[in-house]
Amino acid sequence: MSDHGDKPHLSRAHALDLLRQMILITRFEEKCAELYTVEKIRGFLHLYIGEEAVAVGAMQALTPEDAIVATYREHGHALARGIPAGPVMAEMYGKVEGSSRGRGGSMHIFDAKTRFYGGNAIVGGGLPLAVGLALADKLQRKPRVTACFFGEGAAAEGEFHESMNLAALWKLPVLFVCENNLYAMGTALARSESETDIHLKAQSYRIDSETVDGMDVVAVESAARRAAHLVRDGKGPVFLECRTYRFRAHSMFDAQLYRDKAEVETWRQKGPILRFTAWLKGAGLLHDDDVAAIEAEVSREVDAAVAFAERGTWESVDELDRYVYMDAVP
Amino acid sequence: MSAPATVKTTYRDACREAIRDALKRDPRVFVMGEDVGRYGGCYAVTKGLLAEFGEERIRDTPLSESAFVGAGIGAAMGGMRPIVEIMTVNFSLLALDQIVNNAATIPHMSGGQFAIPLVIRMATGAGRQLAAQHSHSLEGWYAHIPGIKVLAPATLEDARGMLWSALEDPNPILIFEHVMLYNMEGELAADAGAVDIGQAKIRRRGRDASLITYGGSLFKTLAAAATLAKEGIEAEVVDLRSLRPLDMPAIVDSVRRTHRAVIIDEGWRSGSLSAEVAARIAEDAFYELDAPIGRVCSAEVPIPYPKHLEDAALPQPERICAAVRSLLGGR
Repeated sequence: MSDHGDKPHLSRAHALDLLRQMILITRFEEKCAELYTVEKIRGFLHLYIGEEAVAVGAMQALTPEDAIVATYREHGHALARGIPAGPVMAEMYGKVEGSSRGRGGSMHIFDAKTRFYGGNAIVGGGLPLAVGLALADKLQRKPRVTACFFGEGAAAEGEFHESMNLAALWKLPVLFVCENNLYAMGTALARSESETDIHLKAQSYRIDSETVDGMDVVAVESAARRAAHLVRDGKGPVFLECRTYRFRAHSMFDAQLYRDKAEVETWRQKGPILRFTAWLKGAGLLHDDDVAAIEAEVSREVDAAVAFAERGTWESVDELDRYVYMDAVP
Repeated sequence: MSAPATVKTTYRDACREAIRDALKRDPRVFVMGEDVGRYGGCYAVTKGLLAEFGEERIRDTPLSESAFVGAGIGAAMGGMRPIVEIMTVNFSLLALDQIVNNAATIPHMSGGQFAIPLVIRMATGAGRQLAAQHSHSLEGWYAHIPGIKVLAPATLEDARGMLWSALEDPNPILIFEHVMLYNMEGELAADAGAVDIGQAKIRRRGRDASLITYGGSLFKTLAAAATLAKEGIEAEVVDLRSLRPLDMPAIVDSVRRTHRAVIIDEGWRSGSLSAEVAARIAEDAFYELDAPIGRVCSAEVPIPYPKHLEDAALPQPERICAAVRSLLGGR
């Protein structure tokens, strides 16, 4: 892979921004969990805590013109893409001020302005969409990237394999980002896959692929920049397998009987925020005051998002069937 | 004034002319599907288009229904106007996730931020002795799903004209072409173009009973109506054309005039489109009816291979005639 312009510029400002974004995701989701227990948020709620470095790192490689296809665990991607926390929280509340008018909830955040194509709650279901978005770009000669996030569980789906083949065959500009958190809900990777090295599956379709330490935001950013560069240059899809870990339960209904507390604790010690903070302090790029300032800023942002959602309104029942059929292409 | 010029054509050629016209009119239109290019389409609908429009716009896909249908959805959201061909409705089941979970939901679920102006064409129906995995009529299933529109062109005009209207519609539209219609020959206006896609049409006027049908069953129904006319029974034949949405005003209007309804549908009757039409007539026009609603559907079996069994499984003119006669008190 080339390195022109692909190395992250780890200026102090950029480092603080990466840290701030990861902390925002964590604090935002901690608040979500709290709001879930008081039934402000209902349905399924899948938290991204532990995996923040993947979304935050990968998004650095994208421009506003690029597209994102994500999964039902997508709050982190939405925030890292720059969708304001207010509409994301209002979406979880189901309010009309939400990013999808409250129609989708936690699993279906959409935002046309940032080319955020959901929030897809069918494992593997977003991959063909990403292939199609990339096909549209290629046919329209637009040098854009479609970043497609999915978990390692998707690798067991037929849609994964069909999409890998089609993207590679047609050399489509897709950046596949596999978030390998080792568990498909409660089923460990080795209990569901005959080949547990997920990136090898992409390689078998002749897709340029690599594994990345998904707990290291700088490593993810660096790999994503290299990959996006290749994709944008028309070299076809690239596949990143980011090895990461979900600290929280799969959803709010999960008693986590399938994994040891010790295993979770071991991974927590490798947590992306913990690790990046320690590294920055060691490098003299971060001071205790900085962390306190970020925490204070993030706290205000999350509080403002909750207030925004609380102030929000319920969509009129009269609008129930609005947009089942569209009158025009927006 | 002389009558408008017509040309002799087939349903297949009318479908192809519609695609060719769309490709010429809109650079955003492209075709993808299994064997649509070099092979020319499994029913030869896209024959010659690869040579005329090139590989970028006539795209042969791998046997990956889910991926290429999903890619059509994504490409539509990305600014293109894809025409996706699925060889037959039975194969479309491999793409159900994309059609039902994505195409049908995203506009509503995203709060109207994204439209999916996509057309999916597929062959449907029996009659070619292709047995139980190539012969079913599952369009009624799709008509169950809010968020998609379902069309069934039965005539040359509709084969030629529905596609462009569907491409101009901002919603995902499934077009079902009955396999027994592809070789149908007839005269088509030389200047035939886009047609309305929301309305049912009366294909034969009559006062004694409304025969409501669509697609491949239309001509069996017209044949039955001709037979009945010789017996003094004047049956009206309503071609639904659109299975979702259903043109209920047209259906009810016909039933109000004839006071009897028979629905002819190659789908099975249980939990079906014919059941839906019957229920809506009962809801909207119950007091107009002089007799119970009749139905002529396929036998509840997987469509078998041998000709005599396949024929026995499908609606046939004689069964349609019998159903109408029984509503008229065995006349």
